[in-house]
Amino acid sequence: MRGKRMGKVPIKSRSYSLWLMILPLYLFTLLLVAGPLIYMVILSFLTRADGWGIVNKFTFDNYINIFDPVYLNTFVESFRLAILCTVLIILIGYPFGYFMATLSPVWKKRMMMLLMIPFWTSSLIRLYGWIIIFRANGTLDQILMGLRLRDTPLKLLYTYPAVVVGMVYALVQFMILSVYSSAEKLDWSLLEAARDLGASSLQAFFTISLKLTLPGLLSGVILTFIPSMGLFFIADILGGNKVVLVGSLIQDQLMKAHNWPFAAALSVVLMLLTTIVIFLYKRITHTTEIEGVG
Amino acid sequence: MAENILQLENITKSFDDTGVLRGINLSVGHGEFVTLLGSSGCGKTTTLRIIAGLEVPDSGRVLLDGQDVTDIEPNKRDVNTVFQNYALFPHMTVAQNVAYSLRLKRVNKQVIEKEVNAALSLVQLEGFGKRMPSELSGGQMQRVAIARALVNKPRLLLLDEPLGALDLQLRRQMQTELKQLQKRLDIAFIYITHDQEEALNMSDRIVVMRDGRFEQIGTPAEIYDYPRTSFVAQFVGNANIIHGSVVGQKGETITESTLAVRSEHIQLAYCSEGGSAESVENGLCATITQKSIVGGMLRIVLRLQDGTELTATRLGINVEYDVGDRVSVSWDAAHAVPVDKESQDGGE
Repeated sequence: MRGKRMGKVPIKSRSYSLWLMILPLYLFTLLLVAGPLIYMVILSFLTRADGWGIVNKFTFDNYINIFDPVYLNTFVESFRLAILCTVLIILIGYPFGYFMATLSPVWKKRMMMLLMIPFWTSSLIRLYGWIIIFRANGTLDQILMGLRLRDTPLKLLYTYPAVVVGMVYALVQFMILSVYSSAEKLDWSLLEAARDLGASSLQAFFTISLKLTLPGLLSGVILTFIPSMGLFFIADILGGNKVVLVGSLIQDQLMKAHNWPFAAALSVVLMLLTTIVIFLYKRITHTTEIEGVG
Repeated sequence: MAENILQLENITKSFDDTGVLRGINLSVGHGEFVTLLGSSGCGKTTTLRIIAGLEVPDSGRVLLDGQDVTDIEPNKRDVNTVFQNYALFPHMTVAQNVAYSLRLKRVNKQVIEKEVNAALSLVQLEGFGKRMPSELSGGQMQRVAIARALVNKPRLLLLDEPLGALDLQLRRQMQTELKQLQKRLDIAFIYITHDQEEALNMSDRIVVMRDGRFEQIGTPAEIYDYPRTSFVAQFVGNANIIHGSVVGQKGETITESTLAVRSEHIQLAYCSEGGSAESVENGLCATITQKSIVGGMLRIVLRLQDGTELTATRLGINVEYDVGDRVSVSWDAAHAVPVDKESQDGGE
């Protein structure tokens, strides 16, 4: 039926109207995504002006500057933090998402609700909640000391662990949801077949479930690893000035030092690095598809 | 080696307070082909899952080769299953699927390769090892599932409606192949189907299931020729169920009884023009209400005076009777099997 009706419209006008409909999308993407990106790459090869702004003079200096040990160290630190956070997020988020997919439909809905509720508040405000918990003599200290587990306050606020907890907290939902969406599609009779063929439940999980939910895990890693390189406000709010990440560095260069070309060069390198990580991860896990991507 | 490869003793199972199995008992001998026959929801798949260990019975025992395995995990039972939807691992090639159980056992690579090739040639799929399941047809997937289950050389193979998704022609062909395979390998099969023809065709013994109970267990010939209940008579071969009474010479009722008469044993003759409506000699008067061709047979639906519908079948499609004709219906006494003898309310 549909094919017949469409056949009556001349092909030329059909493709013309199709173009007209898609055009705004192309314009939008070109103007607001590709444009700024290209501008950023160009910017990274220009020279900063004295004081404010840029000079149109081509240079590699911005990239060479990154190899300054101070900045290089920031990259290494960011990477380490991002990897640590991603590993923790996998350890918490994967089982969570996986078992959520095994629940009855009613409980699935309830869990989904619980996962969604935090999104109704700004993540910044939720971070301030962590300050109340972590600060000296805050909620955490009171609980620990009340239970006589500690005599002195832990003073977790403005430490590395506080940043890690904040990062994991802010990003773990993305892992849970992408693993869940992958595990939801899992045909559980495959696990029974594996058990029937002699696999223990653990072997069945590793040979069947894990392999088949790998796309979800991978997209979860991408959704958490990249932001955890760049979520500077978490490091700023929960880490004080002790933990400086690439994200914070870029922000400082842009807003405080007004060195736009250097900030651009840092951003380009950060993007390249994350792309390489994703590429490597795909190669290692032999995954060709990523949940929700392709 | 115990006398029976499988013994089920008084198995019961309920889901959400609904009794799915209500006390079933079954013994399966070595190398025997036993079919569980019943409509959907009668508990046949649950029975199979309990034997495989994927379900734990509420009460009763499962003995495999004389050993109580009721609480043993599925991976520790010497039983393999061919699942209804095949359950092939989509991320593995055909060869990897078949090799799965051997690799878990850490069999060495050369042996695995040999066994996998042997299993694939058993189901006539040589050279398909490198394909992915998604590249196979339904019939081929079915064969892979069988090869995967057989590579372990189990002494009992469970098959859950394995041919259900195949078209009629392929199903017939696979029936023959499966039966030959079973004889050649001398493995006991427990085979689930709702197709009575399939059951009659392949089995050494048929178990007719109904509402979580075994209605009748017997050889195909026994089940077909001597159904014990009207349910079995109707389910296996669509027999006519006729309620009647045995009447003495003085007209007194001696007993009520229910008879099953297969449609091919119903004899037809023209009613004599002046014959009384109630009694044709040694038969019942009926009107033909429908004629149709089913599976190369002519199917004639008749309505008796009291409204009861009967079905008669004839070989060939040229039968002189037409819809609306009044005929007399009779059958050979030897072909009328009394059913539902134990309980009056057991029938339909």
